[in-house]
Amino acid sequence: MQWGNVIIQGVLIGGLYAMFAAGLSLIFGVMRLVNIAHGDLIVLAAYVALMVRQALGIDPLTSLILVTPIMAAIGYALQRGLLNRTLGDDLLPPLLVTFGLSVIIQNGLLELFTADSRRLQAGAIEIQTFQVAEGLWIGVLPFIQFAVAVIVIAALQSLFYRTPLGRAFRATSDDQAVAQLMGLDTRHVFAMAMALSLAVIAIAGVFLAVRANFDPAIGPARLIFGFEAVIIGGLGNMWGTLAGGIILGVSQAIGAQIDPGWQLLAGHIVFLAILAVRPQGLFPKVSG
Amino acid sequence: MSDPLLEVRGIDVFYGDFQALFGVLLCVNAGEVVTVIGANGAGKSTLLKSIAGLMPLGRGDILFDGARISAAAAFDVVKRGIALVPEGRRLFPSLTVEENLLIGGQSRRPGPWTLKRVYELFPVLAERRRLPAPALSGGQQQMAAIARALMSNPRLLLCDEISLGLAPIVVRDIYARLPAIVAEGLSLIVVEQDIAQALKAARQVYCLQEGRIALQGQAGELTRESISAAYFGV
Repeated sequence: MQWGNVIIQGVLIGGLYAMFAAGLSLIFGVMRLVNIAHGDLIVLAAYVALMVRQALGIDPLTSLILVTPIMAAIGYALQRGLLNRTLGDDLLPPLLVTFGLSVIIQNGLLELFTADSRRLQAGAIEIQTFQVAEGLWIGVLPFIQFAVAVIVIAALQSLFYRTPLGRAFRATSDDQAVAQLMGLDTRHVFAMAMALSLAVIAIAGVFLAVRANFDPAIGPARLIFGFEAVIIGGLGNMWGTLAGGIILGVSQAIGAQIDPGWQLLAGHIVFLAILAVRPQGLFPKVSG
Repeated sequence: MSDPLLEVRGIDVFYGDFQALFGVLLCVNAGEVVTVIGANGAGKSTLLKSIAGLMPLGRGDILFDGARISAAAAFDVVKRGIALVPEGRRLFPSLTVEENLLIGGQSRRPGPWTLKRVYELFPVLAERRRLPAPALSGGQQQMAAIARALMSNPRLLLCDEISLGLAPIVVRDIYARLPAIVAEGLSLIVVEQDIAQALKAARQVYCLQEGRIALQGQAGELTRESISAAYFGV
């Protein structure tokens, strides 16, 4: 049962990786913007949750009621005020600007909160578990985290394919000029996509902060996990992104079981192997 | 006579250093069909894109229903009641046929054109509404592009090269439906290389040659020679 436990832990952490990846995949899909600051925004969300918790004394999961709209508003403003100006035929300006943003967020958080590592305390729920089979235990919090990830992915998928906003995202992604001819202000559409991306980031950030310690410098590694999950799953397919996150999580868990030092390496190796064999990812874009 | 619906007043348009339009003047009255003909590269599509707000003007003005729209963005122009059927159809490939039509109605202008009405005009689209747009034939895609533009309930419809790449029988079929569109009170600017088709559809004809209006007149009054001369510049 030891390996069964390992794989289940990997699957559950995969949900978190899928949430890191979903926002990244969404904005790349809609506006071809690679957001280098994505990981740092996840960490920023964790600090926003920390502040909300300190100010109001509410538990971390409840704080999402505030953290999610705050992050979405930051996303909208960031896109309208800064990132829209970097978009064009050249992919380089948004890369450079979001890289700069990453540096600014990290150093800003360092100034405000120091380099001390923090943790969001969720109370008794952190140590609660339930048994699914003989010798197989699942933590309540990781289970909630995974369930939320599935809900987030399902919600994004149906938003994309079943709502007017999703239609606007797909149309703008297909052809910006013609989207404008349909009465769509693409600056607004892009800002809505970034707002949505940061709303997902808020959820991911809070779960990250409850699960483990965080400090201002851990953003870039979350960005890498997000990237790897997106590439493994295949761009443009949210369920593929969830599968990508799970594959990455399980690989890391198996690596860690063999040798604790192999946790990250195992994830990277599986990512590289899939990239080499299937560069389009395991589940490339499907519609409907 | 009342004021024209659209007035293009001496516009210059540039692509970088290259000047594509030189002092172009054009007028469209309410309910009128105007044809712009001209050879490849004469500036026909540029003229339509300028009216639709996709190209900035170097000089001159565009007035729609008496209001200046020269500086308006494309998404704003469509809300005022001008819709463009772009050259090459340019349906959204990720969207189904019906989603393409629905996104055309995004601006929510009130008017006669609904999904039901455009399906009546082009029944084949109703049959294929759940298919992805690229699954349609060229002619059906052109119908979908026109229907998508109609969904915004425009007062002025700009059609860029409806006949491009389509079989003559398909082109005739599509042109045969234009009167039903005009009957709803729309004005049309039709840009065409297919002169015979264009002359049949229109009342007013403009001929562009290297970015300048080389000829203008009533369709019935222009002679074949004068059109050839303006079209080919001979």
